[in-house]
Amino acid sequence: MNALKLKSDFPVFDEGPLVYLDTAASSLTPKSVIDAMDAYYKTMPVNVHRGVYQMSYEATRKYEDARENIASFINADFEEIVFTRGASSALNMLARMYEPFIDENDEIIISEIEHHSHLLPWQQVAKRTGAKLVYVPLTKEGRITVDNFKKVLSENTKIVAFTAVSNVLGYRTPLEEIIRLAHEKNAVVSVDAAQGVPHEKVDVKALDCDFLAFSGHKMLGPTGIGVLYGKTDLLDKLEPLEYGGDMVDYTYKENATWKDAPYKFETGTPPIGEVLGLGEAVNYLREIGMDAVSAHESELQAYALERLSQMDGITVYNKTSETGIIAFNIDDVHPHDAVTFFDEDDIALRAGHHCAQLVMAFLNVPATLRASFYLYNTKDDVDRFIESLSEARNFFTSVGF
Amino acid sequence: MRKLEQLYRQIIMDHYKNPRNKGLKDDEGYQSDHIKNPSCGDDITIQSKVEDGIVKDIRHEGSGCSICCSSASVLSELLKGKTVEEAEYIAKNYLLMLMDKDYDESIDFEDAVAYQGVKQFPARIKCATIAFKAFQNTLK
Repeated sequence: MNALKLKSDFPVFDEGPLVYLDTAASSLTPKSVIDAMDAYYKTMPVNVHRGVYQMSYEATRKYEDARENIASFINADFEEIVFTRGASSALNMLARMYEPFIDENDEIIISEIEHHSHLLPWQQVAKRTGAKLVYVPLTKEGRITVDNFKKVLSENTKIVAFTAVSNVLGYRTPLEEIIRLAHEKNAVVSVDAAQGVPHEKVDVKALDCDFLAFSGHKMLGPTGIGVLYGKTDLLDKLEPLEYGGDMVDYTYKENATWKDAPYKFETGTPPIGEVLGLGEAVNYLREIGMDAVSAHESELQAYALERLSQMDGITVYNKTSETGIIAFNIDDVHPHDAVTFFDEDDIALRAGHHCAQLVMAFLNVPATLRASFYLYNTKDDVDRFIESLSEARNFFTSVGF
Repeated sequence: MRKLEQLYRQIIMDHYKNPRNKGLKDDEGYQSDHIKNPSCGDDITIQSKVEDGIVKDIRHEGSGCSICCSSASVLSELLKGKTVEEAEYIAKNYLLMLMDKDYDESIDFEDAVAYQGVKQFPARIKCATIAFKAFQNTLK
């Protein structure tokens, strides 16, 4: 994989000297994805599943081909892929739809390293149903481990809601073993894979997770499209949250019946261009190979950590992370002050709590800086980042921080 | 010199490192308002005490970046002793200045004039405004 060469696939790099280290928030978009969306609007900008004319038939075929393509990317079946607005929407939908199966005798296991969009929906389900929200104890460095999971797993566990990869600390959750143990207790496992699917090979059958969510815009696709994966027998027992066209089977005066999954969860005209864009993003990733993507990110992360370890005045919070996310701060400098410095050097980093306030509480900091790598980042990007970081540290010291 | 350097070298570091009127009063003569910027964790509480139409005291407490924290200190010095009408007028025009809208340029903003430099960093404008917005709310 040649990251420098790949940069030419991303039109945003023509805009100026950008070092983009904020993929964990949103990835950049390759030309092929933009072209796929353009092609839809230029050549067949019509609805799907409705028209019986040729153009609509063709749009529908492309739309469903994209679903098949996205399904096979995570080794799912076609009917198991529900299109949503994004991972947040998928995780919220799931919690709402699963709520009728939860009561006050149940326990929901969650972690402090969840993104708000996985934590809050289940926190609210717990509040409404009286179920107990149980936090898995984290290790000192902030990891979820199988041993700690065993301490909280019980006969009452109904839901286990864990992230595949922490969006701040980059740790990978040992999901396979956790899911196997959870299933022994008949618990259902929801996986937030927003930081997983874009960066590593995910096989839902090998993982045996019950539900899994991810977003298009973090994996080279457009915004406004994401996926809720669910096992067919589980999707079948869930009631849709929204009613209307395209999801209904037969409508009577006092009643109605729904189509099968995934369609019963997808009322209204879907984001067709975005689905085609996500399908093209999957093609792009497939071409490079997910193992190559992971290996490239790990290489950049190791190189960056090595260079950071030679610097004073910088605290890295996740030195042992196995993915391409680095959470850090310049000592005594608020990350929002720091990030403006990087901005002047055309380096895009994230500063804040990263929609994970419990992680900030765990680290006992108000906020952190975060650098995250993807397939279009190079060692040269890391060098420019380190150089700017070194200057930033000296600058803030010199003005009196 | 970096744009950022000009900004920080001026007043901001002084007020960040040596904040004036810091610490809240437990006194019912004070009105409080608390504003958080959830995206970055800036968190500021402003108190004001009004007597006979005069802003007799302004206190602040909170945590956040240098621009946010220093602006609360600057605000307290700028508006203390002004009439409520003057203070409201100055606060309103300070916010207009930062939002790059027409404002009354005849106002002497004292140290607060430094925050004009924040306009070069649009992502940081919010940091420089929340103390003033909280102050406005204490007068409501």
